[in-house]
Amino acid sequence: MLGKAEVGQQQRGRVDHLLIAEMVAPGSRVLDVGCGDGELLQLLADTKAVDGRGVELSREKVNACVARGLSVIQGDADDDLDDYPDQAFDYAILSLTIQATQRPRRVLENLLRIGRRAIVSFPNFAHWRIRAEILFNGRMPRSDSLPEAWYNSPNSHLCTIRDFIELCEQLDVVVEEAVAFNSSGRRLPIERSLSLQNILGEKAVFKLRQRQPVSSE
Amino acid sequence: MKPNITSLEADAAGSRDLAVTHANLEIPADDPIGLDSGIEFGPVNIAYNTYGALNTDKSNAILICHALTGDQHVANKQPLTGKQGWWTHLVGPGKPIDTDRYFVICPNILGGCLGTTGPASINPETGLPYGLKFPVITIGDMVEAQARLIDHLGIDQLFAVVGGSMGGMQVLEWASRYKDRVYAAVPIATAAWHSSQNIAFHEVGRQAVMADPNWLRGDYYSGGVVPRNGLAVARMAAHITYLSEDALHEKFGRNLQDRADRTFSFDADFQVESYLRHQGSTFVDRFDANSYLYITRAMDYFDLAAENNDVLANAFRGTRTRFCVVSFTSDWLYPTRESREIVQALNAVAANVSFVEIESNAGHDAFLLDEPEFFATIRGFIGSCAQKRGLTSAGKEA
Repeated sequence: MLGKAEVGQQQRGRVDHLLIAEMVAPGSRVLDVGCGDGELLQLLADTKAVDGRGVELSREKVNACVARGLSVIQGDADDDLDDYPDQAFDYAILSLTIQATQRPRRVLENLLRIGRRAIVSFPNFAHWRIRAEILFNGRMPRSDSLPEAWYNSPNSHLCTIRDFIELCEQLDVVVEEAVAFNSSGRRLPIERSLSLQNILGEKAVFKLRQRQPVSSE
Repeated sequence: MKPNITSLEADAAGSRDLAVTHANLEIPADDPIGLDSGIEFGPVNIAYNTYGALNTDKSNAILICHALTGDQHVANKQPLTGKQGWWTHLVGPGKPIDTDRYFVICPNILGGCLGTTGPASINPETGLPYGLKFPVITIGDMVEAQARLIDHLGIDQLFAVVGGSMGGMQVLEWASRYKDRVYAAVPIATAAWHSSQNIAFHEVGRQAVMADPNWLRGDYYSGGVVPRNGLAVARMAAHITYLSEDALHEKFGRNLQDRADRTFSFDADFQVESYLRHQGSTFVDRFDANSYLYITRAMDYFDLAAENNDVLANAFRGTRTRFCVVSFTSDWLYPTRESREIVQALNAVAANVSFVEIESNAGHDAFLLDEPEFFATIRGFIGSCAQKRGLTSAGKEA
C-alpha cells in the first residue's frame, strides 16, 4: 500500500514528467538518465513517439523496464555517461536525479555534450517549507520530494533554483526554458521573479543547451 | 540431400505438441566456405532444427546459437541422451521465444559433432574421418556457415539472433559482420573476447584429452576406443567453471556420497566428486573429443576488438540492431564486467541497447536454468522488438 507521502510524490512526479514531455519534440531521440521504473520514457513513447533510452542504477528497476519493452541499461550518471558520443541524442534528461549524483557539475556537462538539449529537473532547496523547517524547527527538512532522514538520504548535492542558474552561468549554458512549480503542481514561470520562484517553487525543470553546440557529423 | 524429417513432440510441460523439423543443408565442395585461416573449406553439411512457421515475408525468423557443448536440439528431446532440449524453458509454444509466433532455427555449429561437418566427419579426400586434418575454425567461421543456411532459407534479415556463452559470441559476430541482417541481438552471459583465465581453463581441458593414450593424435575413430578419460576430465574441470562456489556449497557442501564415513581411499567419497564424475562420463557418450578441442580453440581465438583495430566500438559502428545484453551476478566465467564492456562499446556508437544483470547464484549455468527474471527480460525485449518490427501475434507482418 502506498503511504500518503508516496501518493503525493507520485502525483508530483507526474507533473514533473508532464512538464518535461511538453519540452520534448515529437519523434526525437531521448536519453533518460536515472529513469527509474521507466514512467517518463513510457510517457514520452506514448505521447511523443520518441526513440528513448534509459540509464538506471537499480537492477530491479532496470529489469522491470526491459521486461516492459523499454531500452534501458544498468548504470549510473556519474560513471556511465562518459561512454556516450557527442550529440548522440536530441535530449538528455535528468529527472529529479542531479541532487543524488556525486559530481553534479560533471554530470551536467556530460548531459550537454551527449544531448543537443539537456532537460534537468530538481527539488528546490529554497522552497518556503524547507526554509521554514530550518528556521522554525531547526531540523533538516523532510518533505514529499525529500522523504529521507539526513542520515540515509541519497541526496548529497541539494541545490536551489538560484544555485542552479548560477551553475548554468558558470558553464556558459543557454537556459531555453525554465519552469518552477509549487507543491500542488501549479506552474510558476521563472522569468517573472526569480526570488519569488525560488521561494514558491517546490521543484523546477530547466531546458538547456550549449552556447556553441559541438558540431555533429 | 537428406530428407527433412518433421516430428511432433510434446513440449517440456508435456501439454502441447511442438513441431520440430530436423533438416540438413549440404554446401558442395565447389562452393566452399572461406575460413578465417585462409582455407577454402568444403563440402560442409549443416544439421539444423526448425520450430514454428516462417511467415510469408520471412520476417519472423529467430536464430538460436548454441554454446560449446550444446546442439541443435534446443527445444526437443536430445536423441542421444533422451533428455529435454537445453533451452526448453525459453523456447517453445507460449515461451519467451514463442514458436507459435516465430520461426526458430537452431543449427549445429561448424566443427560440432551432431550432424554438422566437424573433425569426426569423413574427409572426402581420404575417405576417413578428418581428425586433426580438420581446419582450425573460428567463431566467425561458424557464423559464415550459419549465414549460408540463412541464405538457403531465403531470409534477408533475421528478426533476432539469440545465444548464451559461446552462442553469445556468435550473436556478437553476427551483429558485427551482418549489421543489416540482424534486427535484434541478444548476447547472454558472454564476452567480446575470451579472457586469459578462460583460455587457461580450456588449455587444461585440451591437455587432458591429449594426454589420454587413446587419443592417438586425434586418430581414434577406427579403433573403436575413444579418449573417454581425457574428455571426461576436461568436462569435469570445465563444469566447475560453469557453477559458483555458493551453488556448489548449497548443492553438496561436504556431504558424503552414499556412505556414513570416509573410506580412506580415492573413491568418490564426497557428493561433489560423484557428481563431477557423472558429468564427465555422461558427456563422453554424446560428444566427440576432437570437436571439443576445435571448438574450445575457436572460443580462445575470439576477440571482436582485435578484429576491429583493437577498438570494440568499431565492431558495431553504424549498427541499427537493437541489443539486449544479459549477465548473471554469480557468473565468474563471463562476469558482468565483460558484458558491461560490450554495453560501453555499443553506447559509444549510440546503439540501441538494453542491459540487465540477473541476480542468481547458479554461476555461468544460470543462463540454462529456470530464472524467471531472465525470462521476463527476454519476453519483454523480444515482444517489444516484434511490435517495432511490425510483427503481429500470429507472426505475420502487420
